[in-house]
Parts: sequence; C-alpha cells; structure tokens
Amino acid sequence: MGLGMQSSLRPGAVIGVAVYVAVLFVLVPWAIAASGRTDLYYTLTSVALLSIASAGVWLTFFIGRINIGQGAFSLAGGYVSAILVARAGLSFWLALPLAGLFCAAVSVLVGLPILRLRGVYFAMVTLVLTEVARLLALALPITNGAKGMVSLPLPGGVKLLGVTLIPDFATLATPNRAFYFLSVALMSLCFAAMYRLVHSRIGRLCRSLQQNEELASSIGVNIASLRVLAYSISSFFGGVGGAIFVAVSQSIYPSSFTVNDSVNFMLNCFLGGLGYVFGPMLGTLVLYFGWDLLFQTGRFQLLIFSSILIALMLALPNGLLSLRPFGWRRG
Amino acid sequence: MAELLEIRGLTKRFGGLVAVNDVSFKVREGEILSIIGPNGAGKSTLFKLIASFLRPSAGEVWFRGKRISGLSPHRAARLGVVRTFQETTIFRGMTVHENVVIAHHLRSRASLFGFYLGTARARADEAEFARSAEEIIRFLGLGDMRDHLASTLPHGHLRALGIAIGLATAPAVLLLDEPFAGMNHDETMRAVELVRAVRERGVTLLLVEHDMPAVMRISDRIVVLNFGSKIAEGAPAEIQQNARVIEAYLGSEDESIGL
Ligand SMILES: Nc1ncnc2c1ncn2[C@@H]1O[C@H](COP(=O)(O)OP(=O)(O)OP(=O)(O)O)[C@@H](O)[C@H]1O
Ligand SMILES: [Mg+2]
Repeated sequence: MGLGMQSSLRPGAVIGVAVYVAVLFVLVPWAIAASGRTDLYYTLTSVALLSIASAGVWLTFFIGRINIGQGAFSLAGGYVSAILVARAGLSFWLALPLAGLFCAAVSVLVGLPILRLRGVYFAMVTLVLTEVARLLALALPITNGAKGMVSLPLPGGVKLLGVTLIPDFATLATPNRAFYFLSVALMSLCFAAMYRLVHSRIGRLCRSLQQNEELASSIGVNIASLRVLAYSISSFFGGVGGAIFVAVSQSIYPSSFTVNDSVNFMLNCFLGGLGYVFGPMLGTLVLYFGWDLLFQTGRFQLLIFSSILIALMLALPNGLLSLRPFGWRRG
Repeated sequence: MAELLEIRGLTKRFGGLVAVNDVSFKVREGEILSIIGPNGAGKSTLFKLIASFLRPSAGEVWFRGKRISGLSPHRAARLGVVRTFQETTIFRGMTVHENVVIAHHLRSRASLFGFYLGTARARADEAEFARSAEEIIRFLGLGDMRDHLASTLPHGHLRALGIAIGLATAPAVLLLDEPFAGMNHDETMRAVELVRAVRERGVTLLLVEHDMPAVMRISDRIVVLNFGSKIAEGAPAEIQQNARVIEAYLGSEDESIGL
C-alpha cells in the first residue's frame, strides 16, 4: 500500500500488528483445534464480518453522520453476490468485489441527496433505507421474495497457471475454517485500509468536515464529493460483509439483515469508540459475545444487556478503547 | 489600482424579506474595503453572496473577469475568494497548527489518492504545508498556542486563528466578518495592525465591522448598507460627513458611527 507507511510505523505498532496476526491466524485456530470447539469458527467469522460492516458505519460517523442504514447495504451486497453466483454462474471471488462496488454505486446515488441532511434527519433517512431494502427484496422477482435464495453454492476454487490459489470450498473438510481465514483476512485488510485513510490527508479533511462543514468548504474542500466518497467506501464495506455472510450461510432472505442489525452496527461503533479506527472491531467482539453470554438470563437478556450498554456509554462516552488498554494513542 | 471584484445589482430575497437589494460596487486590488450598516442591514448576507455560499436572487459577482456568483463555495475559494465567519471560524477539535495545516488544502498539488498512497509529491506538499503553517502562526502571534486545542483559545486568539485559516488558503480576496467583535481596545488595535499586515502580503480585504473607530482607521473605502440597500460609498472621511449615513445610524438606537 504505502511508501509513506513504513516511515510512520512505530516499534509499538509493529509489535501490535505482529501480536494481532499471531492471535487471529495462529493462536485462535490452534486453540479451536485443541478444544474441538469448531463451532467457534462460525461465531468468529460472524464477528469479523459484522465488524467489517461496522467499520463502514464508523467511517460515516467520521464525516459527522449517524448511519443507521448499513443493514441495507449488507442485504444488497448479499443479494447481488447470491444472484451473480446462483443465477449468472459467476465465481464468488468475482461476485464479492462486484457486490461491494454495486453497493458503493448505489450509495453514491442515494448519498448525493441525503448526505446534505445532518443529525437526526440523516439518521432517520438511513433507518428507512434498511426497511426499503427489505421491501425491495420482498417485491423484486429476481430475489425470490420471502422464500429467499437457498442452497447457494460454496465459493469455488481459483487457479492461476495451474497453481491453486484458493481451494474449492466444497472440497474442504472444514469450510468454516476457510471462511474464518477469509473473513479475518478481509477484516484486517479493511481496517488497515481505513487506518491509512484516517491518517492520510483524506482523514484530516473528513475531520474538518465533521467539525465545521461551512468552514471546510470555505477553505476549498469539496464537501459534497468528500461526503459521498466516505459514504461509498462505507457502503462498500457493508456490501462485502453481507456478501461473505451469504456465502457462509449459503442462503439469504429479506430478513437476513434488518433494522436491528443496522442499529447494532452503530452500537458497535459507539461501544468501541468513535475516536478510534479499531473501535468497531472491539465493539463488535464485545457486543456479540456479551449478548451471547447473557443468554442464560433468559427473558431478562435484553433488559440486562441494554442496562449494561447504557451504563458503559455513560461511564466511557468515548468508547472502550478510551481505556487505552495497550497504551494506544488516540486516533 | 485595477479592480479585482465587481458586484453588480446583487439582490437576495428571503421569502418576502429583501435582505440585499440591488447592491453594486467595485473592489480594487490591494485595498481594504469595509462594509458597515446597522444590525440586520444585510452585511453578512452580502458576504455569503460574494463567496458563493448563497445564490443571488438577482445580480452577479465578477472576479477577475469570471462570474463567480452561483458557483459553490469551494469553487469560489479555489479561484481566490475566501470568507471567514462571523460566528465559528475554526475547527474546534483540532490544534492551532492542525487548523492552519488543513487550511492549506487548496494549495495541494497531489491528488487525494496520492495522499492516500503517500507519494513523493504528497509528502512534499505535507512538508510545505507544515512549514507555511508555522510561518502563518508566528505571523499572527499564535506561536505560543501552536499545540493548543482550538476550542480552548481565548477570544482574541480565536479571531487571529480565523484569519490564519483564511490566510493559509492563499486568497486573492479575504472576506472577514466582524474580525474585531468581542475584542477590547488593545486587542482591536493589535488586530487592526494585523489586518494591515495581511494586506501587505498582497491580499485584498473585505471587512464587515461594527467597531467604527477601527473601521475608520483601517479602511481605504467604506460601503454603507441600510435595509439591504447601498446608501453610501467612499473614503472614511466622506462617509463620516454623509447625511444619509448619519441619519441611518441615528435611526437605530444602539449604534454609533463614532463621530
Ligand atoms: N437564511 C436566512 N433566511 C431568512 N432570513 C435571513 C436569512 N439570513 C439572513 N436573514 C435576514 O436577512 C436580514 C439581513 O441579515 P444579515 O445577517 O445579512 O445582517 P447583518 O447586516 O449581517 O446583521 P448583523 O450586523 O447583526 O450581523 C436580516 O433581517 C436577517 O434576519
Ligand atoms: Mg452579520
């Protein structure tokens, strides 16, 4: 990616990245193999995919917009890749970026008018977007209505000059492990790309937008196109996350991503910390497992969960990462 | 002196209210021109029209032979017409230095994607912006505050930072809306000198200001608005003698033209 990147890496960051890679790609698979809990692959894959979608939401926060509509793009990405794979016979590996690009393109069209709105108004419109996406999925002939699309094929293999780059998932003994590696690798890529974005000049321009749009435009920032740029990257993340999710579950329904998911994506960002690029990753992890852990409490699950969430946000308004667990600097 | 900016028959209506009514005047290169008038006379609206923040209901603004009215603010800024604000003029969550660095945006030669990749040109831009920001910060007497969060600055320094942001865009014309508001006498005198120094850097200045002694000291020429219409234009001495101006100011209670 960056020539300028090496120069900006501090020794602490190098160690951090090494630990991160070792944990996700070595330690976790080893622990799962040792304990035999292969079901955890599916759980962790979900966390990784949800955190990709949440990363997108974080990016819209970064330009000062509350986005409660990411579910729409996850759903759209899921359907686009399902349709391309099942109906057009396209390889999943091609359908995946196309799903992301489709979402980015849609978000440009949608974003141009709605990104003028701020605060509650933007939030409300995005909330409606998720519902519109669900209704479209129900109504359009190509999405097969409420019955959804099922028995989707697993991702095929990729060969280059006779060398197998990616094995056919259908031939694997543990496709869930392959999905885990895929999702975690993509998550890492997304967050690395976002980290770079936030720490480049684009990031500083986004911050100027977030703080004072009028002033930003008076220093020559094309605020309309910068907003659309950020929003389309955000939606790209949402679409990619959704597309892999669909490949994992081999099915998609209009209810695969709902308003509930849109709200959760946003909560993940709040919980992790809006001031930190890696906030949504931590937020998703904590929220996902926190919810599961409270399963034993039965019908009090939601009540306890929400109370803890509210308490956490009051105690740590800048998110969990404001505790600076690894001595990270802000940003 | 050549004329830089021409305002032709500018009108802005908000519903039934005519905030700016058929205003015309010219701005010469290198001058300090003040726009005065009682509260609600339409001064800020006029500024917004000139910097393309608002679309005129009628009339045009010409800058160096180009019509700039009806463009977007960032386009006008790109051409060299930059406005600072009456209210918030800064990025509150950034340090003084960050504020001024980001304001160099217009001078970037690298593309945004270039900045993302960290190309040689982008790094050269960054280095140049940082250097120029240091210079502007020192020039405006903000050196000691370089790393302070903008939201923590005292009032006088906030105005200076607003001007620093404007300067960083390397404008041809800088529009300052009430740069001396809320300043005490000493601060104002210092700020007047500052505005003069900005002009020495080759920037043409348009000012909206209520502080009459300061306006009279600093301006080469003055345009007077009342109820959206231009009622006078001329050198400070002429304006002070102008019967219509005196009448307009006597008509409003809390204003004084400082005669
Ligand atoms: N966006 C708007 N919508 C409706 N009316 C407006 C708008 N902006 C300004 N006005 C009205 O236009 C008139 C001129 O306002 P403007 O802010 O230009 O005055 P001003 O000369 O800058 O006053 P002040 O000295 O108090 O800053 C006022 O009556 C104001 O209420
Ligand atoms: Mg005003």
